[in-house]
Amino acid sequence: MSNLLQPHEADWYEASARERVTGLLDPKSFTEFLGPEQRVMSPHLAQFNLTGAFDDGIVVGRGRLDSQEVFAAAQEGRFLGGAFGEVHGAKLLGLLRAARDSAKTGGPRAVLLLLDTGGVRLQEANAGELAISEIIHAILEVRSASVPVLALVGGRAGAFGGGGIITASCSRIVVSEHARVSVSGPEVIETNKGVEEFDSKDRALVWRVCGARTRYLTGGADRYVKGRIQDFREAAIALIPHAPPFELATLKAEQQRLAERLQRFGDCRDAPEIWHKASVPEPERIAEITDDAFLAIQRSKGADHDAR
Amino acid sequence: MTLDEVLTSLFPSGHTIENGSLGTLHGTAKVEDQGEVTVVGIVGGTPLGVDGAILLAGHVLAAVETGDRTPIVVLVDTSSQNMARRDELLGLNEYLAHLFKSLTLATMHGHRTVSVLYGHAAAGAFIATALPSQSLVALPGAEPSVMDLPSISRVTKLPLEQLNELAKSTPIFAPGVEPLFATGAVTENWAANEPFAPRLAALLRQPVTNSDPRDQIGFERKGRLLARQIAERVATEAAAHA
Repeated sequence: MSNLLQPHEADWYEASARERVTGLLDPKSFTEFLGPEQRVMSPHLAQFNLTGAFDDGIVVGRGRLDSQEVFAAAQEGRFLGGAFGEVHGAKLLGLLRAARDSAKTGGPRAVLLLLDTGGVRLQEANAGELAISEIIHAILEVRSASVPVLALVGGRAGAFGGGGIITASCSRIVVSEHARVSVSGPEVIETNKGVEEFDSKDRALVWRVCGARTRYLTGGADRYVKGRIQDFREAAIALIPHAPPFELATLKAEQQRLAERLQRFGDCRDAPEIWHKASVPEPERIAEITDDAFLAIQRSKGADHDAR
Repeated sequence: MTLDEVLTSLFPSGHTIENGSLGTLHGTAKVEDQGEVTVVGIVGGTPLGVDGAILLAGHVLAAVETGDRTPIVVLVDTSSQNMARRDELLGLNEYLAHLFKSLTLATMHGHRTVSVLYGHAAAGAFIATALPSQSLVALPGAEPSVMDLPSISRVTKLPLEQLNELAKSTPIFAPGVEPLFATGAVTENWAANEPFAPRLAALLRQPVTNSDPRDQIGFERKGRLLARQIAERVATEAAAHA
């Protein structure tokens, strides 16, 4: 990254986890917990002949966003695809529990999850899978304590597997063009179901099925931003006051929203069919237009909502 | 075990459970000193897709809405999430998350939740059906996994024989009930020769609690030695910097 750029003007996709979190928050406000100097590393990687990282691929801590206290966690997609292992997952779990426990005594205004992950780290599959379910449980407890949890996705690993489920468990979701959010990755579907079901080498198809523009237009993401760290920052500041609470009314709205999506688009096999049904102008061109042109498009009914 | 055997041994006092579409189940059953409990499930090895997930979440939310705090039992024999372009296009991650959220909300509203795994459950389907409940019971025939060893071998580029050897010394990655019991994911592992109904009744008598003790359980069972301690250290630093 060029030193001439101010941290918040840097590109989210190109930035490291630490660059993202420090650029996202107010200047010099971030304090890391269990930082790399403490060398809290995975003990499970050596038996797979892999080298560990001093932070196990995740940065957690607190800082200020627009002068308000927040907690933040950022995954490093360049370390083992940002995947969840035992230590990696437990760092995020501890952060969420701290947010929950301090909510009644002036805790953080929000928790920001800068997700960049292929899902479970297979070398620690059981610990990673269990950590993901513990994290979702903790996110819902934090939301239940009236502290919004935001997912910010725009890194090279996307948010796949359990990472996709974590994303959708948050109060609000922000994506940039590079974001892909899904459960089964295209390669996994191709391996299991054949290339006719999903050709993972067809990049345009992958983006139409899992990509940020598809998620945003159908309501799988709440904000679509251009790719600067500053753009994510502005979206997070704008969304925090409007995050839906975690309660029965929200989940009933979510039930209705997701059921309506199936009724309207359930027989579609590719994204342009959805855009056509949703009366989006020039549905075949969605993937190729500029961010500005894309942001000018009216989203379909049900994409803007009080659910989640 | 077949579904009929599972239902007969879990609910000998009777039930009104019916097969829904897409491999789902829904109904009520009588449990000793609990009265009626709500039962939902995904069975027959059916992959869990967007349509099945929204159906199950709807049943769970309907149970929450009655306000009667009846326990909810989730029967699981599902293979994995439905691996299809259509499901991913429609946002399968949101549908699986919605099912998880609905079961967690039920707990917060005072429902005791127990998942009973008697077949396969892998990856995202395992997260959305087996892991959201307060307790997870493994019956004979349960085959939980994140991913099978041949697939892990392909991704990690380690020979299968080496993975099989490694699996004997650590519960951290291998599929199956025993490693997942050791890490704290499986609460109880029931053997074929014991009656299930009294054990289910005993499990349902335990108080409803929002707290998630699985990192503590994994530590006590020596299957996940670090998770609890790391989570606590982060929380301690967070409190110190407050």
